Amino acid sequence: MIQVHDLVKTFGEVKAVDHISFEVAEGEIFAFLGPNGAGKTTTIQMLTTLLEPTSGAIAIDGIDPRQRPHDVRRRFGIVFQDPSLDSELTAYENLELHGVLYHVPRRTRIERIERLLKLFELWDRRDGLVKTFSGGMKRRLEIARGFLHTPKILFLDEPTLGLDPQSRNQLWTHVKHLNDTERVTVFLTTHYMDEADRVARRIAIIDHGRIVAQGTSQELKAQTKTDSLEHAFLALTGSTIRDERADAADQMRQVVKMWRR
Amino acid sequence: MSAIYILWLRELKRYSRSRAQIIASLGQPLLYLLALGFGLGPVFEKAGQGSYLQFVAPGVIGMSVLFSSIFSGIGLLWDRQFGFLKETLVAPVPRLHIMIGRTLGGATVSMIQGVLVIVICLIAGFRPQQLSSLPMAVVFMAFISIVFAALGTTIGSRLQNMQGFQLIMNFLVMPIYFLSGALYPLNNLPRGLAIATRVDPLTYGIDGLRGAFIGTSHFSYATNATVLSVVAVVFLAMGARSFAKIQI
Repeated sequence: MIQVHDLVKTFGEVKAVDHISFEVAEGEIFAFLGPNGAGKTTTIQMLTTLLEPTSGAIAIDGIDPRQRPHDVRRRFGIVFQDPSLDSELTAYENLELHGVLYHVPRRTRIERIERLLKLFELWDRRDGLVKTFSGGMKRRLEIARGFLHTPKILFLDEPTLGLDPQSRNQLWTHVKHLNDTERVTVFLTTHYMDEADRVARRIAIIDHGRIVAQGTSQELKAQTKTDSLEHAFLALTGSTIRDERADAADQMRQVVKMWRR
Repeated sequence: MSAIYILWLRELKRYSRSRAQIIASLGQPLLYLLALGFGLGPVFEKAGQGSYLQFVAPGVIGMSVLFSSIFSGIGLLWDRQFGFLKETLVAPVPRLHIMIGRTLGGATVSMIQGVLVIVICLIAGFRPQQLSSLPMAVVFMAFISIVFAALGTTIGSRLQNMQGFQLIMNFLVMPIYFLSGALYPLNNLPRGLAIATRVDPLTYGIDGLRGAFIGTSHFSYATNATVLSVVAVVFLAMGARSFAKIQI
């Protein structure tokens, strides 16, 4: 469903993604793990038509996002890592807008919005402006929005960041359910190893823009001779703390080059 | 089509919810109207040109339409900053529709803004010559709105962050306003200024408004409308092209 071959993305001097290749089969749940600034989000941005790769090939359901971005966009849904709500609209309006953009028929839209807002305990606040919401509520709303339509591929970029255990549980139950019943392919990133262990069938570990290992949780543990995914992860990526290099480079790039062309 | 509608509606909702901003944005035209209208009035009258308030009111109306439409386009930058832009960019909707929805929304908002300023002008003592040509005024307000909302979208798509904003304000928006003939008549200008005013698309919008409101214009309606239509098409095409190329 997703094929990536020799993908590279450089920002000036910094190689955010450095010759990575992987495949995700249809109906698979695939976890992409890595320290901060390893290149996870940059990869997702390239897969979801938001960023042009420097070189390499991508095929989403057999389609190249560079050639036919619109056809690729019809196949996936995404929950972004950073906020993407309109804070001047209400919770309900945000979902409604999303439903219209994703061509969810009116009746289904109304039903699903109600169901999802109730599921993520936002129904009582549906007419509140998003700017008045707490961080956790905004996050829950983003996730509810991601489930409003049923795509072929669902990208989840650190979806559980800032969520309480209850909402996290709801999220993964829902993801599992979608995967089981609708055969939705899931591509996720997270910093919580237990989550990856619980839901993902296969895992790739990325560090400094390179994939350092991939396989099932069992295989990764066996490869590193460790007893938990967390330890396997640390064995593969080391224990030094990373600064977000790609983001710092981003900032520099913005200051120097205010105009893109 | 539904995507265009919902994004248009979004602009209107956001506008109607920002009461403080609406009031703040009426302050500037009011200042121009009172300070210039009454301040330069005596000199203008001595020069045998009639009432300056009558003359400058269409210019001030055009100004507020210009500002609000160009900023609605640049509002793209805020959406980029706050992340909402991504949500629309990955949606399975042609980017052209997204751009059109946003631009029409911005244009509609700036026309509402223009109508509010007309009301303020009327209160300040502005008297349009004939009411029958008011629909023509609306047409020219629409022209100005669309032309500059499209220009704003083009700029907003190409600009990466807010640092360029002052630059745009000082080197693009203010010159468009001051070189448009909003504040002075277009005849007997020094050669350089005469050329500059004729290059500025806003000139034709304000001239059209002036024709509709007070019955005196430098160019004909046909000239004004033709120039504005051509510029609108060019700017919309530029906006669509830049918007289609946006990367996060």
